[in-house]
Amino acid sequence: MLQLIADGLVVGSVISLGAVGLTLTYSILRFANFGQGEFLTWGAYLAVSALSLTLAVTGGGVMTPIEPFSFGWQLPVAMVASAALTAALALVLDWALFARLRRTGSAITLVIASFGAALALRNLLQFLYGTLPEYYTREIQIAVRLVPRGALGDVMGGLRITPDQMLVLGVTAAAVIGLHVLLTRTTLGRAMRATAQNPALARVAGVDVEGVVRATWVIGAGMAAVAGVMAGLVGQIRPGLGFELLLPLFAAAILGGIGSVWGAVAGGLIVGLAESFSVPLFGAEYRLATAFLVLIAILLLRPRGLFGEKA
Amino acid sequence: MDAWSLLSYLAFFSVFAGIFAVMALGLNLQWGFTGLFNVGVAGFVAIGAYTSALLTGAPDAERFGGFGLPVLVGWLGAMGLAGIAAFIVGVAALRLREDYLAITTFGIAVTIQLVALNATWLTGGPFGIQSIPKPLAGWLGTGLAWNLAYLAIVLAVLGLMWWGLERLVASPWGRVLRSIREDEAAAASLGKRAAAFRLQSFVMGCMVMGLGGALYAHFVGYIAPEDFLPILTFQIWAMLIVGGSGNNAGAVLGAVLVWAIWTVSGGALREMLPAAEQARGAALQVVLIGVLIAVILVVRPRGLLGERATVSRHAGVSPPPSAP
Repeated sequence: MLQLIADGLVVGSVISLGAVGLTLTYSILRFANFGQGEFLTWGAYLAVSALSLTLAVTGGGVMTPIEPFSFGWQLPVAMVASAALTAALALVLDWALFARLRRTGSAITLVIASFGAALALRNLLQFLYGTLPEYYTREIQIAVRLVPRGALGDVMGGLRITPDQMLVLGVTAAAVIGLHVLLTRTTLGRAMRATAQNPALARVAGVDVEGVVRATWVIGAGMAAVAGVMAGLVGQIRPGLGFELLLPLFAAAILGGIGSVWGAVAGGLIVGLAESFSVPLFGAEYRLATAFLVLIAILLLRPRGLFGEKA
Repeated sequence: MDAWSLLSYLAFFSVFAGIFAVMALGLNLQWGFTGLFNVGVAGFVAIGAYTSALLTGAPDAERFGGFGLPVLVGWLGAMGLAGIAAFIVGVAALRLREDYLAITTFGIAVTIQLVALNATWLTGGPFGIQSIPKPLAGWLGTGLAWNLAYLAIVLAVLGLMWWGLERLVASPWGRVLRSIREDEAAAASLGKRAAAFRLQSFVMGCMVMGLGGALYAHFVGYIAPEDFLPILTFQIWAMLIVGGSGNNAGAVLGAVLVWAIWTVSGGALREMLPAAEQARGAALQVVLIGVLIAVILVVRPRGLLGERATVSRHAGVSPPPSAP
């Protein structure tokens, strides 16, 4: 039982991290970006390349893990590089495709374009890296027993979690708090919130809307890349990584209410827990369908989400 | 290639183009005429294909179904079940903002894919369903004669769907659909219940897609989950966008063109790449089609054949000289 909660929270925090980026782009750019999942995948793979490059430059390709984690200092470096590259990818995509369509087409044209771009990006990745799973590290981690056996009975004593998984929880918390501070305490954050509420009014008030759009892509794609690296750290890195997370991301963003950062976090954790609890009920093979059930339920019961304003 | 094998290849190619055209017509009703963004085409096609296969196939001790019903019943069942699934999705998503439908249909396609892959008692799991009956194969065998006969059936179904949809979109019902697409508030102010019309259009479009899936199943005679991956949705969308949404002729033209581009590029990549690189070549093929969609959206958003402008003959502007 507790183990299910722990697993659900780890999966859920990866979903939260991706959903925060999604909810941000959704509310400011005003379209459902089906390419968000591919930013996760590209982030994870770009970190693989950045990692092997860093390892080749420093110390002949061997990574000495920092205790208690399974990786050395090179992985955080690779993650930062990958976040920057993924943000650049998003900006290029916006310049080549979305900016042109924003001028002429409707919001739904942007959704179609993002759908096309997502398939192209995923298959380009598959073309470049192949389909075999990759790993950042081959180190095997010993799960830590959080509660000593016997202390609180056998139920509690079964709870195990690896240091890497705890790190994922920590990184998510840090990233979300950072984003919250950015949105509420800085000029850029206020400009972003103003653009989300009313782009025309924000422009009249002197907000550089184009700049806000670029900042949104950078933050959304950067957070997606971090989420991708975290997903890769506690699992396999495969070309389908982001695609399989896309439905949970949307479910989490809508569950929390589009535009709400804390809502996306709560939504991500709820979807993660729901996935985790569905395994003993329906079997692991239907795990991915859980997000769909959550999505249908929220659309029927409370379409504006838990913390959202009226859609 | 001699004339005989060319003919049989052409028949094969045309059957697939015709089946894709049926699916594209269904999507055109939803997107072209009503502005509904359905990302779950592959899911509704899969429902149609599996339903017809289960209704018409021979009994199998390993799984549910195999009722041995006539093929026509299978096709009607395919349309019915695809329609029911569309109704459930539509009720949940259509009354909300338009991109929620995109997300929900994406979800149902993923879920149907999971069921197809894992519910072995129903769908045969990863191995799919074999020996789906081919109509008329008892008389014609399964050679060229049968391919040509099936081509005639597909073209007849396509013609029927075309005729029905043209009638529908030209009717008052079709005019309401387009008015909702263009300006929902204006349509609502005339007393049209937008949600009900959208739901009708969505369900009907999905029924046509289900029929397309059934046509596919009975032509190939074997279906498996990997026939209904998101790439199928993507292909149908490419067909509609390239051909021109809002125009049934555009949907059919797009189906033939994109299917031709797809087969030719696939063949060329297979020729050029060594055997070990075939999987990567297939990925590159998808990238090419994805870029094609993006380029058409930016450069020629109306597609090759755009929607015909409808201007009332009572409007005060002088008509162009070519108009009757």
